Amino acid sequence: MLLEKYPKEVKQILSKYPPEHKRSAVMPLLYLAQREEGYVNKAAMQDIAQLLDVTETEVASIVGFYTLYHDEKAGKYRMQVCTDLPCALRGADEFLNNLCANLGVKVGETTEDGLVTIESVMCLAACDKAPMFQTQGPDGIKYHENMTVDRTMELIEALKKVKE
Amino acid sequence: MSKQVTLTIDGKQITVPDGTLVADAAKLAGIDIPVFCHHPKLEPVGMCRMCLVEIGRPMFDRATGQIVMENGQPKIQFMPKLETACTNPVSEGMVVLTQTAKAKEGQKGTVEFLLTSHPLDCPICDKGGECPLQNLTMEHGPGKSRFIYDEKLHLDKQVPLGELIWLDRERCIQCARCIRFQDEIAGEAVLGFDERGRNTQIVSLSDPGFDSVFSGNTTDICPVGALTTADFRFGARPWELKAQASICTQCPVGCNTTLNTRREAKAGGDIVIKRVMPRQNEEVNEIWLCDKGRFAHHYVGSKKRLARPQIRKDEKLARASWDAATKLAAENFSASKKDFVILASGRLANEDLFNLKSLADHAGGRAILYSDMGGGDLTALVGVGAGTNLGKLGEGDAILVVASDLYEEAPIWYLRVKQAADRGAALIVANPRETKLDKFAKFSIRYSYGDEVKAVNDFGKKSKISDEFAKAKNAIVFFGSEGLGLNGTSAVASACADLLKETGHIGRASNGLIGVWQRANDQGAWEVGLQPEEDLAKALKGKAVYIVGTDPVGDDPKLAKALEGAEFVAVQDILETATTEIADVVLPAQAFSEREGTFTSGERRVQRFYAAVPPTGDSKPDFVITSMIAKQMNIVLEGTSVSVVFDILANSIEAFTDLSYAKLAEVRPQWPIVGRGDVYYGGTTYENKHGLGVQLVPAAQVGGTVRIPKVKKEAVLRPKEKELLAVPVNKLYDRGVTVSPAELLDERVGEATVSLHPEAAERLGVEAGARVKISFDGVSGEAVVKIDDTISAGVALVPRSMGIAIKEPVAAKVK
Amino acid sequence: MKGKSFLWQNKRLMAHILFRHRDIPDINKLDVYKKNGGFAALKNAVTKMKPAEVTDVVKNSGLRGRGGAGFPTGMKWSFMDSKSWPHYVLANADESEPGTFKDREIMENNPFQFLEGVALASYAVGANLAYVYLRGEFWQVAAFLDEKLAEMEDAGYLGENLFGTDYSLKIHTHLGAGAYICGEETALMESLEGKRGQPRVRPPFPPSVGLYGKPTVINNVETLTNVPLILANGADWYKSMGTADSAGVKIFSLSGRVRKPGNYELPFGTTFRQLIYENGGGVQDGRPVKAIMPAGASSSLIVVDDKTLDTPMDYAFVRTLGADLGSASVIVIDDTVSIDWVINKTIHFFKHESCGKCTPCREGNYWMRHLTERIHSGNGYSTDVDLLLNVAKQMQGKCLCALGEFSTMAVVTGIERFPQDFKKAVKA
Repeated sequence: MLLEKYPKEVKQILSKYPPEHKRSAVMPLLYLAQREEGYVNKAAMQDIAQLLDVTETEVASIVGFYTLYHDEKAGKYRMQVCTDLPCALRGADEFLNNLCANLGVKVGETTEDGLVTIESVMCLAACDKAPMFQTQGPDGIKYHENMTVDRTMELIEALKKVKE
Repeated sequence: MSKQVTLTIDGKQITVPDGTLVADAAKLAGIDIPVFCHHPKLEPVGMCRMCLVEIGRPMFDRATGQIVMENGQPKIQFMPKLETACTNPVSEGMVVLTQTAKAKEGQKGTVEFLLTSHPLDCPICDKGGECPLQNLTMEHGPGKSRFIYDEKLHLDKQVPLGELIWLDRERCIQCARCIRFQDEIAGEAVLGFDERGRNTQIVSLSDPGFDSVFSGNTTDICPVGALTTADFRFGARPWELKAQASICTQCPVGCNTTLNTRREAKAGGDIVIKRVMPRQNEEVNEIWLCDKGRFAHHYVGSKKRLARPQIRKDEKLARASWDAATKLAAENFSASKKDFVILASGRLANEDLFNLKSLADHAGGRAILYSDMGGGDLTALVGVGAGTNLGKLGEGDAILVVASDLYEEAPIWYLRVKQAADRGAALIVANPRETKLDKFAKFSIRYSYGDEVKAVNDFGKKSKISDEFAKAKNAIVFFGSEGLGLNGTSAVASACADLLKETGHIGRASNGLIGVWQRANDQGAWEVGLQPEEDLAKALKGKAVYIVGTDPVGDDPKLAKALEGAEFVAVQDILETATTEIADVVLPAQAFSEREGTFTSGERRVQRFYAAVPPTGDSKPDFVITSMIAKQMNIVLEGTSVSVVFDILANSIEAFTDLSYAKLAEVRPQWPIVGRGDVYYGGTTYENKHGLGVQLVPAAQVGGTVRIPKVKKEAVLRPKEKELLAVPVNKLYDRGVTVSPAELLDERVGEATVSLHPEAAERLGVEAGARVKISFDGVSGEAVVKIDDTISAGVALVPRSMGIAIKEPVAAKVK
Repeated sequence: MKGKSFLWQNKRLMAHILFRHRDIPDINKLDVYKKNGGFAALKNAVTKMKPAEVTDVVKNSGLRGRGGAGFPTGMKWSFMDSKSWPHYVLANADESEPGTFKDREIMENNPFQFLEGVALASYAVGANLAYVYLRGEFWQVAAFLDEKLAEMEDAGYLGENLFGTDYSLKIHTHLGAGAYICGEETALMESLEGKRGQPRVRPPFPPSVGLYGKPTVINNVETLTNVPLILANGADWYKSMGTADSAGVKIFSLSGRVRKPGNYELPFGTTFRQLIYENGGGVQDGRPVKAIMPAGASSSLIVVDDKTLDTPMDYAFVRTLGADLGSASVIVIDDTVSIDWVINKTIHFFKHESCGKCTPCREGNYWMRHLTERIHSGNGYSTDVDLLLNVAKQMQGKCLCALGEFSTMAVVTGIERFPQDFKKAVKA
C-alpha cells in the first residue's frame, strides 16, 4: 500500500493540490508507485484510485496515455534514445543502431542481465546535444548528452555497480 | 423563460433558447447535421469533427458597437475555417450553412478518415441496419477507399468488457460516448480510454468488468457496432425485428420500453423477444434503461412457463380444461364463503388487480397484497403531484431518500436523482449504511437500523439539513424498505408524509411522497384497494386461497407451512414455482409481453403496455382467468376487453376518473428528438408513439384537509447476546422469479450474502468470503460473508429474495 | 514594421536578459540573484503597485508569448474574468517541440528570474496558487526547482503575506509524463487535473475557464522570465529592443546540421544568416543550407536562398517566407538531406504524439505515416505523393487543436516546395 509505504511522500504530494481537486495528484502518485518496480501494477492502481476517489479504470487510463508510465516490467533502467528529426540530423539513428549491435539487443529489448532496456523515444528537448538519451530507473530520470557508444558502454558498466 | 435567440440555418429561420448548440438547433429546424460524438444528453466535446459546418455571425463595428449593415441586411462574417456545430452555441443573427461545398467536403473528409481504421465488417456486424457510421457513410462519405486495406490497424475484435457487454476494438471510432455516459450520466467511470492516438482503445478495469447497472445504454448510443450486448450479438439483423411498446416490469420506475421480436427457427418457429430497448419518456426514463430491465426479460421465454391449466388428481397435477379448472376453483371459493382469500402481487396489471379485488368484494372474501412494504395509502394521499418530473428538479429543490438504496432498488430513479443533484438539487440520503447515492448527496444522514422514524422526525428539529429541506421550492421524499418490514415501512411512510405536510411540500407537482416498492405495480395494487397483511401465515391457514402472480411457498417456509394447512389452493402464474407444486389447481397466465394492460408506477403514472408476442400455450391474461372463475361463482366481471376493465376501474376509483386507454396513449413532442431514422443523433432508443401515460392526481392535490395517520410506536428489537439484528436489504439482481431465468445475469446475482461489520466478523471468527449459517425464527440458510465497515457492529444485512426468507428485522444467530 | 530600425541587428547584446547565467556566475544561488537585483521587481510590485498596473507595464512592453503563438502577454492577463475566482497561473515548461530546448536552460541556470516572473504574473492576476508544469523528462529540473522554491519560501518571497502585505502565493511544480500534446494549454490543464492530456474545445479560453474551471493565465517559461526585468527597467526599455512587430529578445534554439548548435539569445530581427553562420558557426562540412524549419517539427519548410538567409527573424517577417517563427526552434537542413526523409521523421513524431481525441489528427497521422514510410522506403509512386498531399490538406482546418493542424505543415510545404526530392524518392 502506497500510503503505508510512503506516508510522507503521499502527504506531501496531496498537499500540492486543492483538496477538492485531489485527482490532480494522480500523476505524482503514479511516479511514486513506479519507483521500486519500474512499472505500475494493478494493486497500485487500485490503491491510487482509492486514495483519490476515482475508479481504477480512470487511473489505468492515465497510465495508458503517458509514455513515462509503464504497466509492464522491463530492465532496471530504460535507456530511451531520442531519434527525432533534430537528433537524427546529428546521427542519432546510427548511434542507436550501433548501440543495439554492441549490446546484442533490438530496440524494445532488454539486456540478458535485465539491467537495460533500449527504447527509441520522441524528442527530449536536448537537440543540440545529440546523440542523447535518458535513463529511467529507480533513481528517476537522468539525461545523458553528447553520447557515443563507448561512453554509453561505460555508463552501463557503472550502472551494473549501482546497489539498491 | 430563458432568452430566445433567432438564427438562420440553410435559409431556414428558427428561434431557440439561448445556449442551444447549433447541432441541436438544426435538429429542431428539421435539419440533420451529421454527428458521431455529439449526443444531446452529453456535454459537447467536439471530438469526431463530423458536424463541420460554415458559421457566420453579424459583423460589429468596433467603434460604435453597432451591427454593420449591407444592402439593408446585417453583414455576416464567416469564420475562415469550418466549425463544429456540436460545440458552438447559437447567437442572435447567426447564419449556419450545412450544405455548402466546403461543409460537405469537411464532412466527407471526416467519414473517410474514420473509415481508414474501420474493419468494414458490416455483413456480420450487429449494428448493420441501424448503424450511424453506415448511414452517414452512405449519405456523406466518399464512394471508394483511398486507404490500402492491408494497412489497417488490427485490434481485438471480441473483448468481453463484462459478461453483459462485448467490445470490438476495431469498430470503435473513439467518440467516447460510452465513457462519457458512464462518467456524466451514470456517475460510474468504469470505462476509459487506454493508450492514445490511433491506438486509443476502450477498457474497463472494474471488478466485475463494466461494473454498472446501466451498461446496456452504451450499446444504444454507440454509433458503431463496437459495443454490443451479450444476448443480442449475432442474434438477429435489426431489419428483421418488429417493435412493440411495453413497460418494464422489474421495478416501480415504470420505464417505457420497446420489445423487439422476431420469428425464429431456434425457437421452433415461435415469435420471440430478441431484445428490450428503451422507449423515450422524458418524464420517466428519458432514453435509458437499466440492465435488469434490458436483460431479465428472458423469464417470459423460460422453459418453466405454464402452458395448460392443471388439476391435482391422485396427488399429481394433471392437465385439465379451462372450464374444469376454473370450475373447481370457483366451487371451492364459493364453498369457503368468508374464508376465501386472494393473495396477489404487484407483478400484475391494474386490470388484473381490479378484477381480483372485485371478486373478493363480491364473494365476501379478502384480497391481500403480497408485499412486506406499507404506506401505499399515503402515496395515494400525498404522493407526488400530477406533472412531477424528476428531470426538472435542480437548484433550490430538495430530494430526501430514506431507507432505500435506489441504485439497487430502482436504478433509473438513482440516475435521475443523481442528475437532479448534479443540477444543484439538495440531495439528502438517510440510510444506515453508505449507498452509491451518497457520493452525490449534499447531506448524508446515518442512523441505526430501527431508528428510521426518529431520523425522519429529526427533520422537525432545527438543523442545516432540515432548513434546507423546509425552504426548498420543491421537495420529494423517497421511502423504501431497507431494514424494514411492513410495520416499519408504514411508520416511516407516515413520518415522511408528516414531514412533507409540515413543510408544505404536498399537493403540487414535483412535491410529495414516492414509495420505492418491491414490484412494478405495487402502487397500482394499493390504488385498487389491495393491502398487505401483517400476519400472512395466519391469514392463509385453513382458507381457500387464490394465489396470483406470486410464489409464497418458494419465498418463505412459514408461508409454505401455512399453505399446507389451507383448505384449497388455486395458483395462477406464468411460471412453475414451488407454490404451483402444492396447488390444487394451476392456472396459466400470460406474461406482460403477450397481452395488453396498464401499470401504475411509483410516481403514480398509469402507463399502457401492449402485446408483442403470441401467448404461451393456452395461457390467458390474469383478468380473463379471474372473470372466468367469477362467472362460475355467478359474479359478472368483464373478461374480454382489457380496455373495458380499465373503463370500469376508472369509473369506480376516484383517482382514475376520466382516464381511458386512448388518453394513456397520447404523446407529445419530446426533446431531444430521438428514435427516428437518424439513429446517429440520439442512438437506437425508440421514439414514443404509444403513449406517455398519465400521472394520477393525489388526494392532497385535489384539495380538502389531509389527515396523516399517527405513526405507531414500535418497540425496537433488541437481539440477545450472541445474536445479531438481521435486517433485510434489497438487491437488484436477486433470485426472484422474474430474474433467475435469465442465465446471463447469474454471475451478477451471485450467492446469498450476509454483510457484517469487521468487528462482528472478528467476534464470530469469520472473514470475508467465509460461508456461514444464519438462522432465525424457524428460518435458516447459508450465506457468504461480506464486510462492510459503514454498518454498525450489531447488525447483519441479509438481502431479500436470495434464498433466506427475511421480511423484517429479526434477531438472528450467525455461525 | 516601418519606422523602426533594427536596433540590434548585427550587434551582439551587451548583456543577456534571459540567459543572465552566461554573464553572472552562480545566479542560480539566491543571494547572487538577489545581489543582482533579484526580487526587487516583485517586492516593488507587491508593496507599491496595483495588480492592474503590473499588467499594464507588461502590456506596454509589447511582450508576446514565447511558446509559439506569439499572443500579447499583457493582453492575455487583462482578459482574466474578474467575476470568477480563484485565479490560477500556470507556467508551461512542457517544452517538447522537436528543436526546442531553451526553457530547460533557463530553469536549470536562471531559475529565480523565471520563478520571480511566475510570482509577478500571479500577483498581476490575483492568483494565490501557481503551478509550473514540466514535461516528465525534466525530472531533475523539477527537483532543482523544488529546492529553489523552498529557498524562496524561506526567504519570504513566497508563502503567506508577502512583504507584510495580505498577498499570499504558493508555487508548485507538477511533472508531466511523456506527452507532447500537454504543451497545448488546455491539454496541460487537463493533465494537471489528473486526466488524460487531451485538448479542450476553445472557446471558452483559459482566462475565463481554465484550470479547475477557473480563470487561468498560462505562459511559457521564457515569456515569464522576461517579466522581472520588464518590471525593473520599464516597458520602454524592453520595447527598445527587437522590431516594431516583435519587441525584445528571443532565445533561438539552433539545431540540425550546424557546427555549433545551441541556444542563442538575440533580439528579434536578427537574420537567419547571423544565427546560422555567426552564432552557429556555419553548416557542417561547409555544405549549403537547403531548408530551414524555424519552428521545430511543427514548422513549414522554408526553401533557403540568399533572400531567406537575410530575412530578419520576427513573427511578421518569417510569415513572409510562408512559415511561422513559433518558438524559434531553428532546425537547419543541408543539401545532403532529402525532404521525404524529413517528413517521414516529423510524421513519425506526430503519429506517436497525436492524443487521439479528434478524428483528422488521429486517423490522418496514421495514414500519413503509412504514406511517408512507403515513399521514403522507395516503395511509393507519384500517386502516393499526391495522396499524401491531399490527406494533409484534408486535415487542415478541421482538427481540434494546433497539433493536428501543425502536423501537416512540413508535409504540405515539403511536397510543394521540394518536389524534386519526392520525384527522386518514388518509383517511376
